[in-house]
Amino acid sequence: MAEFRMPSLGADMEAGTLVQWLVKPGDRVQRGQVIAVVETQKGAIDVESFEGGVVEALLVEPGTEVPVGTTLARLHDDGDARPVATPVVAAPAATSTPAPASTATARVSPRARKRASELGVDVHALVGTGPDGAITTDDVERAAGSKPSPADGMRQAIAAAMSRSKREIPHYYLWHAIDLEPALQWMEAGNERLPIAARLLPAVLLLRAVAVAVKQLPEFGSAWVDGRAVPPAGIHLGFAVSLRTGGLVNPAIHDCERGTLADLMERLRDVTARARAGGLRASEYADGVLTVTSLGELGTTGVLGVIHPPQTAIVGFGAITPRAWVVGDAVVPRRVVEVSLSADHRVTDGVRGAAFLRTIERALQHPEDL
Amino acid sequence: MTADTTKAAILTLLGRITPDSDLSQLRGDVPLRDELEIDSMDFLNLLIAVAGELHVEIPERDYGKVLSLDALVAYVDARRPRAG
Repeated sequence: MAEFRMPSLGADMEAGTLVQWLVKPGDRVQRGQVIAVVETQKGAIDVESFEGGVVEALLVEPGTEVPVGTTLARLHDDGDARPVATPVVAAPAATSTPAPASTATARVSPRARKRASELGVDVHALVGTGPDGAITTDDVERAAGSKPSPADGMRQAIAAAMSRSKREIPHYYLWHAIDLEPALQWMEAGNERLPIAARLLPAVLLLRAVAVAVKQLPEFGSAWVDGRAVPPAGIHLGFAVSLRTGGLVNPAIHDCERGTLADLMERLRDVTARARAGGLRASEYADGVLTVTSLGELGTTGVLGVIHPPQTAIVGFGAITPRAWVVGDAVVPRRVVEVSLSADHRVTDGVRGAAFLRTIERALQHPEDL
Repeated sequence: MTADTTKAAILTLLGRITPDSDLSQLRGDVPLRDELEIDSMDFLNLLIAVAGELHVEIPERDYGKVLSLDALVAYVDARRPRAG
């Protein structure tokens, strides 16, 4: 017997609304399968089951807001021969307020979902015109006739998390200029031989270098919970994705130290696309052990980030910028990036932080080993 | 086939990448990253789409030559395969 509960998708999440069931009693589910869609302040999230088995009962109706930890469904083992119990909630097809089947795979961008909430539009009733049928803000506004409202759940969620961080976490800050020329030349030489769809971006090298550093100094991936540091379950790096029209999310990319750089590039591409179109999974919201942010796209040379509780650290990258750099006795042109570390002084000290940044630098001097 | 059709095709691809943007207000001579707040992943995805649909694969060393819509249209239009 297993219970499927409303997950916590952030330190400040207290409740969520079940939007839709994607299974019905009697269905067999695999571990990791998405079985429900939950609405939070950060938008709609696909929630996976952490257990495999057969759905015995759905306990919460779509449209219901429940506290984090509430049991949403019961599953029993595959081998358990017991019949499916009479469900408290009928299968989606039999409920009085069923969600149209066509919404099972519909994607709604977080901005569109926010607008729909503001305008009182039911996104399930819309036909999307975005990529792969995604529902866009235009679709929502067309359906509503559009009257703006001050409600902004995502802004409030960011405000709550960042305020808590600055209230509770004693940050310290370090930064380090890194000569990125060897890594970029290595990447560009490789990209020259690859079709465009297989080319790497510098962000992938930076992400992998941070993963190497977390592997060597795992305290920077720990979480501060109940007065002690809890080691990371894996090197799952949160990657800050701006939503272009306001707000940001930090989806986790799991096991960033594993696989080839091409594989990591694909996972980064996938997570970024789903963060913007809607369709992140609960585990991607909840599993990040350290956040990586980059503001270099617009020319910002450095960023000192605010830690996402309960994480211990955030690593920031600025723009990759050509600079005069001293190598031996010569001044040479090099492409340089400023990397920063904001870290929790309850968990780590500055000397360890300096070693962490040095480890990132060393990893980037040997890109062939990344 | 003209530069106008190339521009229309590229705007369609851009619309898929930034579905929430109003492309009618796009200034052609300003870098797309500034106009649409697209990042390097969006930009690469755009160039992948250009390669797939318009059959012009832009090498990484030329990325700096195609930063604005006008520059991208001119680059692609000059290299686009023509029927016959």
